[in-house]
Amino acid sequence: MSSYLLKRVMVLIPVLIGMTIIVFSIIHAIPGDPAETILGQKATEQSKQALREQLGLDKPWISQYFDYMGDLLKGDLGTSIRTKTPIAKEIVPYLAATLELTAAAMLFATFVGINAGILSAWKQNSWFDYTAMIIALIGVSMPIFWLGLMEQLVFALKLHWLPSIGRMNQRDPVESITNLYVIDSILAGRWDQLWTVIKHLILPSIALGTIPMAIIARMTRSSMLEVMNSDYIRTAKAKGLSQFLVVYKHALKNSLIPVLTVVGLQTGALLGGAVLTETIFAWPGVGRYIFEAISSRDYPVIQSGILIIAFIFVIINLLVDLLYAAIDPRIQYK
Amino acid sequence: MKKWGSLALTLTLGAGLVLSGCGGGDNASSNNGAAATSSPASTASAGASTQDTLVVGRGGDSASLDPAIITDGESLKIDHQVFDSLLEYKPGTSEVQPSLADSWEVSTDSLTYTFKLHPGVKFHDGTDFNAEAVVFNFQRWSDPKSEYKFEGDSFDYYDSMFGPDGARVIKEVKAVDDLTVQFTLNQPQAPFLQNLAMTSFGIASPAAIKEKKANFKNEPVGTGPFVFKEWKHNDSITLEKNASYWKEGLPKLNKVIVRSIPDNSARFNALQNGEIDLMEDLSPDDLSTLEGNSDLQKIERPPFNVAYLGFNFKKKPFDNVKVRQALNYAVNKQAIIDAFFAGQAQPAVNPMPPSLWGYNDQVKDYEYNLDKAKQLLAEAGYPNGLPDTVTLYAMPVSRPYMPDGKKVAEAIQADWEKIGVKTVIESPEWATYLDDTKAGEKDDIYMLGWTGDNGDPDNFIYTLLDKDSIPGNNRNFYVNEDLHKILVEAQKEIDQNKRADLYKQAQVIIKEDAPWIPLVHTTPLLAAKANLKGFVPSPTGTEYYSEVYFE
Repeated sequence: MSSYLLKRVMVLIPVLIGMTIIVFSIIHAIPGDPAETILGQKATEQSKQALREQLGLDKPWISQYFDYMGDLLKGDLGTSIRTKTPIAKEIVPYLAATLELTAAAMLFATFVGINAGILSAWKQNSWFDYTAMIIALIGVSMPIFWLGLMEQLVFALKLHWLPSIGRMNQRDPVESITNLYVIDSILAGRWDQLWTVIKHLILPSIALGTIPMAIIARMTRSSMLEVMNSDYIRTAKAKGLSQFLVVYKHALKNSLIPVLTVVGLQTGALLGGAVLTETIFAWPGVGRYIFEAISSRDYPVIQSGILIIAFIFVIINLLVDLLYAAIDPRIQYK
Repeated sequence: MKKWGSLALTLTLGAGLVLSGCGGGDNASSNNGAAATSSPASTASAGASTQDTLVVGRGGDSASLDPAIITDGESLKIDHQVFDSLLEYKPGTSEVQPSLADSWEVSTDSLTYTFKLHPGVKFHDGTDFNAEAVVFNFQRWSDPKSEYKFEGDSFDYYDSMFGPDGARVIKEVKAVDDLTVQFTLNQPQAPFLQNLAMTSFGIASPAAIKEKKANFKNEPVGTGPFVFKEWKHNDSITLEKNASYWKEGLPKLNKVIVRSIPDNSARFNALQNGEIDLMEDLSPDDLSTLEGNSDLQKIERPPFNVAYLGFNFKKKPFDNVKVRQALNYAVNKQAIIDAFFAGQAQPAVNPMPPSLWGYNDQVKDYEYNLDKAKQLLAEAGYPNGLPDTVTLYAMPVSRPYMPDGKKVAEAIQADWEKIGVKTVIESPEWATYLDDTKAGEKDDIYMLGWTGDNGDPDNFIYTLLDKDSIPGNNRNFYVNEDLHKILVEAQKEIDQNKRADLYKQAQVIIKEDAPWIPLVHTTPLLAAKANLKGFVPSPTGTEYYSEVYFE
């Protein structure tokens, strides 16, 4: 197991290097003068030229690439051109915000998705099955943008149950320590704020979690159906075990492996792809951080931001692989 | 170990079954009860009458909080609260009035300005504001080798307003005594006082810059009505009352929180839900909802911008004045305003807004007249319209002067079709758009606009239409030597009446040459809670929150 882990980690290195090359090439293929975009219409020619020199944009891109990799090896992620702040320092709160939102969204998605999938399989061809699968179908094809605005309209504007934007009550904030506000409000012992923070999480995590929820529900259902028809389940049923135990203890474990893959992939996708949700709900996450960097041609941020996302993505995949072994002992790593 | 894991899993999922499985309806209604017990709106609006915190919602975050190094409007808005400049604009206008400088004297040759500073002013860090502090700031901006110019910093606005290194307008700034500071200029600069009043030249605490160094841009220290407290990037900036502010009775608020809410509709939702008190950039589409809600009020920012179509002189036949005039005759500005601006705009005649001094109201616009347009095209040698399809660049992004460029372009396309001018609309991504129009190779006609930085016509006409602005903001490649002479003369002239005359002449020349089709001056909209008072919208887009209070 540990040698496998080591091997997997070693494989990460070429993957990440490949990633830097791809990102670097794509960024440099985008048309548009970065100096003009960064400094704005109103900047002088002189300061634009100075910026080009400072960024090394006047050099061939291959040497820009090696400069960047050199800095990266020294642990320097670069400095944001727009805010003029080191990225390694700047990105932390954004990552935390996204992490908190992704965790909440995936909690919602797996919890609802798996249970809906199980029930659909259990009561195959019942009204619940049909309804759940129709909802799942709608869920997959729902535009997040629209869903988010509708949620705000109904739950914030009309019903006043939930706040529509942001992460906490700004009028009376909790001090950021970990930047994960759920944890920060617990650390501060601010239970009122904890409740507000959770309420702020509900709408965006539903918006963000709806697509993975639908995918997970469908995956669980088909995987469960397959397992439910296998011999050992028939045996279990024959032994007279309650249906609940058959479904939740015997069948579920074996149907979880493909579901786990989906959960892993979706979590990775959410980490970087939450731009729309983050925009609608004014959530200061890493998706928006990178998106804004792209529109202002903040090269160092785009490069390092995507690299960090890619890194987290491969780590999650690694964890999923390791979890397989934990769930199914027949899977062995050499 | 493994057993425990699977047991935990079973329990979690089992619990899920109990909650969600047994009946969807029950589940939903039990949630109702839980959530309804405490509503965010009631906490947000509780005690509105004694409210002393203002929450502002805007579209973007600040880039940096050091006013000297930034060029974006969002950053200026915050710096305006934290810093005072020597002079300032009278609220709601672009007229200059005293701020940190109580009074000033100008020498007869217009080369020496002596300012008397306001006594007893302190920076937020407790150090004294004095002549030395002013000298320190100006030296920092003008000296390219200053040790207080930190990595990545460039003082763009200083360079652009007071000339780049090697061509500086300001020769020397010296402290005559503690409260007297003297500027010596290399050459007279007519808009000198106007420029000094810009937020970019807010006076920072020298002690804080020396201490915080590069971090000053994240923790600004000025003399302004509000003290910087916290910046959560892309989320919010918190400012607190400067209890010892030198202007008596100000600020009226205790705290200001400025939140970044990028989506216009989401921002408006947040305002209606009581999560914010004031929002910037209301979409014209939301105007009717706003007007139907008695808890809210509409705030109009005075128009201080211009949106226009520019002809690319590098391309034939747009180097022909008759063609340009013909197309000017074929744009129905009022119809565009009614359709896409919800009436919140006025037709533009000149390249600068009517509220600016020096505006020439004698200049007549080309009226909407398709017959005249056809006739002019025929005179230019195109009796059947233009032979080639025209590439019309329409803005892909929303700007205060142009909320939806593509729709406006489509309306114009339809009008031009009637006089035999076929167009294809292109809207590349914004950075490419700016690049292409600057190079002038791909576009025939482009759409763009400008919001004034200071209250000077030079900032519109010279910046956008003089031959010196090629390459750069003159994306027409329009060169007129007579115009150039007038604009350069106006820069050196000190007498404001004479300058106004020169700019009026310039507008006549520009109208005749028709390098543009000036489209509209928009009235940007803001929305606020009905009980918010004392907010005076500024034409330049940056206003003080110090006079704001809640009823």
